[in-house]
Amino acid sequence: MINISEVIETNKMIEQENLDVRTITMGISLLDCATDDVTKTCENIYNKITRLASNLVQTGEDISREYGIPIVNKRISVTPIAIVGSSCCKTPGDYVQICKTLDRIATEVGVNFIGGYSAIVSKGMTHSDELLIRSIPEALACTERICSSINVGSTKTGINMDAVRLLGDIIKETAEKTKERDSLGCAKLVVLCNAPDDNPFMAGAFHGVSEADAIINVGVSGPGVVKYALEQIPDANFEVLCETIKKTAFKITRVGQLVAQEASRRLGVPFGIIDLSLAPTPAIGDSVADILERIGLQRAGAPGTTAALAMLNDQVKKGGVMASSYVGGLSGAFIPVSEDQGMIDAVNEGALTIEKLEAMTCVCSVGLDMIAIPGDTKATTIAGIIADESAIGMVNQKTTAVRIIPVIGKGVGENVEFGGLLGHAPIMPVNNFDCSIFVNRGGRIPAPIHSFKN
Amino acid sequence: MNRIIITVVGKDTVGIIAAVCTYLASKNVNILDISQTIVQEFFNMMMIVDVKDCTVSFTEFADSLNKIGEEKGVQIKCQREDIFDKMHRI
Repeated sequence: MINISEVIETNKMIEQENLDVRTITMGISLLDCATDDVTKTCENIYNKITRLASNLVQTGEDISREYGIPIVNKRISVTPIAIVGSSCCKTPGDYVQICKTLDRIATEVGVNFIGGYSAIVSKGMTHSDELLIRSIPEALACTERICSSINVGSTKTGINMDAVRLLGDIIKETAEKTKERDSLGCAKLVVLCNAPDDNPFMAGAFHGVSEADAIINVGVSGPGVVKYALEQIPDANFEVLCETIKKTAFKITRVGQLVAQEASRRLGVPFGIIDLSLAPTPAIGDSVADILERIGLQRAGAPGTTAALAMLNDQVKKGGVMASSYVGGLSGAFIPVSEDQGMIDAVNEGALTIEKLEAMTCVCSVGLDMIAIPGDTKATTIAGIIADESAIGMVNQKTTAVRIIPVIGKGVGENVEFGGLLGHAPIMPVNNFDCSIFVNRGGRIPAPIHSFKN
Repeated sequence: MNRIIITVVGKDTVGIIAAVCTYLASKNVNILDISQTIVQEFFNMMMIVDVKDCTVSFTEFADSLNKIGEEKGVQIKCQREDIFDKMHRI
């Protein structure tokens, strides 16, 4: 039987160390909603999502209440809309109409985001993929709760440099269209390489075509819990350090597994995966950077950061894998800048640069995330950054991503406030040496040699 | 699973356990285990109860205990046992 010290430990994690379940994300296939008429397709989408997800938010709240564990977000991911709209969308405006429908659904069912305004173009772009990509600036400017993601490369296919180049422009345009709100549109747009089909986290969540009709995926969190555990062992060697992280990750993940199974049972939707991620928030103490400091770095970004992060990421997975029956999604420590107070402090003190962040993305999920850069950064430079990050993902057979925000009208030294979980960020300098000849070459970068395993 | 863990945290005063137990009895809830300890000068009590035959819903049960807690100046929390079981048992 459970004893009092175990009960106190669990409740302390929840009340004082910010343990929470970050998201219950219901993945819904919209493949059967496709028609050759935009209005009819929108109607089908509305009917399907509201039928399956009308109880999602209430169920999340019930579980949260009964187990005493906060469930921060209830979200939905859908089949990449470029596929769903391929028969009926003849212009970018048609895709925007679908996006507006999704936004209305999100408000109605009470979820804070629907992810899947997406296209998978890792090898080539169909006409409809390109229409969707070109609709992104308008779609994100006129909606609130829609996240967009584009997969531009994979280990198996190489990198679609035409798409990378186009997205440099699209990111700039999205920033321009939402400049009154500090270019917030770009915070809802992520460019991925090796995007997983079952990711529950935004902005990269979509419901891949390999998935069932509907599933429940859960993203756990808990950087604060890991940090607290490490505070108790300030002088431990790596063996003890790793064991402590593993045990903590196990406990965190078991809560996620419980919530996922319970949500799946109550909603009558199969359980998909648990995403074992340390997802920080701007709240004090809920920071991956703070963990790195407890491991022994003065600030995130100091020499040793990449090694410490690699170790942390690996131990989180080792502890988490045993705690869950199915693991998937991104599963790794997130290192967003604006959503992590320790990262923000590190940038402000000059400890952390984009180049160091790029190195860190080689060893953890996911990529250059929530980084504000000067609004006058060239589209080709942004494309170059995307190409670099995609190359890391392609060669290392891992997911990488770029979610950067060129804040129109602002420059290095200024700050930007996105609000809520998206946080706030200092604008970081970008290497402005030109790469336009490289990114303008056209075509694609071939798949690396180690992808040929057959 | 019909077990619920009730935790009471706060400054120790007369009648906390009595008030909680009276309420539990009135709703046909059986107490399986009680333990208590002092952590950083705070009174911590834990009860494992069986709500199999409880006459009210979980929400009403938890709300009523919260209210008793407020009256006594302590925090009373109800959680299904599984969360502790999953976290601390393999």
